[in-house]
Amino acid sequence: MKPVNQKAWLLVLPVLLIVAFSAVIPLMTVVNYSVQDSFGNNQFFWNGVGWFAELLDPKSDLGSRFYDSLWRNLAFSAIILAIEIPLGILVALSMPREGWTVSATLVLMALPLLIPWNVVGTIWQIFARGDIGLFGAAVNGLGIRYNYVSDPVAAWFTIVVMDVWHWTSLVALLCYAGLKSIPDAYYQAARIDGASRWAVFRTIQLPKMNRVLLIAVLLRFMDSFMIYTEPFVVTGGGPGNSTTFLSIELVKLALGQFDLGKAAALSIVYNLIILAVCWVFYTVMTTADARADSEAGRG
Amino acid sequence: MELNWMAWTWQTGLFFAGIASLLLILTLLAMFRPETERVGVLGIATTRGDRLFISLLGSAFIHLAWLGIVGQPLWWASGLALLYAAAVFRFV
Repeated sequence: MKPVNQKAWLLVLPVLLIVAFSAVIPLMTVVNYSVQDSFGNNQFFWNGVGWFAELLDPKSDLGSRFYDSLWRNLAFSAIILAIEIPLGILVALSMPREGWTVSATLVLMALPLLIPWNVVGTIWQIFARGDIGLFGAAVNGLGIRYNYVSDPVAAWFTIVVMDVWHWTSLVALLCYAGLKSIPDAYYQAARIDGASRWAVFRTIQLPKMNRVLLIAVLLRFMDSFMIYTEPFVVTGGGPGNSTTFLSIELVKLALGQFDLGKAAALSIVYNLIILAVCWVFYTVMTTADARADSEAGRG
Repeated sequence: MELNWMAWTWQTGLFFAGIASLLLILTLLAMFRPETERVGVLGIATTRGDRLFISLLGSAFIHLAWLGIVGQPLWWASGLALLYAAAVFRFV
């Protein structure tokens, strides 16, 4: 392997400048806030790692709020991944491969992805209402008590179903792209060998979808871990605190109570978790790519 | 330009100056001592920059874990993080 020419980095300089203003300077400010206590009129007092210590102590108010919303958020991400990934694969497998129905399906599938988050929230807030919403009224009509304003289970159900409705298309479209890249010869060979539908899926389709699935899991995990708008619009974090995810907690701290120090400490830990997960995913993805390339090179 | 809103302290200033100088050192190294990727104990190809990133991210978690489990002061955590960083640069 020969050394890489580093001059190309100069061409990235303009982007670096923009990122400096949009990300690096705000991030530095957050770090500065996190070690101080703030009062009105831009008065700051040194607090060292005090906020972090409080944040990591489950017995303190801040700590219990942090851990509760962290577990809630992880549970939410796990639930929607467990639903959206298999469902997305199923949808992708049953999408048509040729003819005019392909474009029609693609457009239909892309529709939810094009709707802004707050609109999705508003749609579901009305859709799931018991009095004027079609969904809520229908469920209540079946004799099942369903009220997402007062019942935590119903609130969770609404938000999970909303996220599945909003984002399964993304998983399906990614998987569909993966499926499309499989040459017909693979299927013909499988047919000659008399492979079952399941065997075709296990040995041809799933391995070929591997990479896009990884991307789908990464995207969906990140997005659900940072979810804010939809639960904010639909439940506002309630009933009680039952749908208060990390970002909602963060906004409550920063803008509701104006505790800049606490909020900054929370957002730094939040950021570190996301950074770590991103790095793991990215490394797995690029390593898999490099391995696939070297194997292709050999074969 | 007013920088009051950024609420600088000398401690955080030192912290960022440290990170900036690390980046500067890596840039100079990349210019005058070009390197190739190598595969270490994690089984992934890493450059110096990757190893610095792993060290910094890991150090942040070491400090947080120390703060959460043991408490203050954090000097031992910093020592541990330095050891960890040395190990990352040596073995990863």
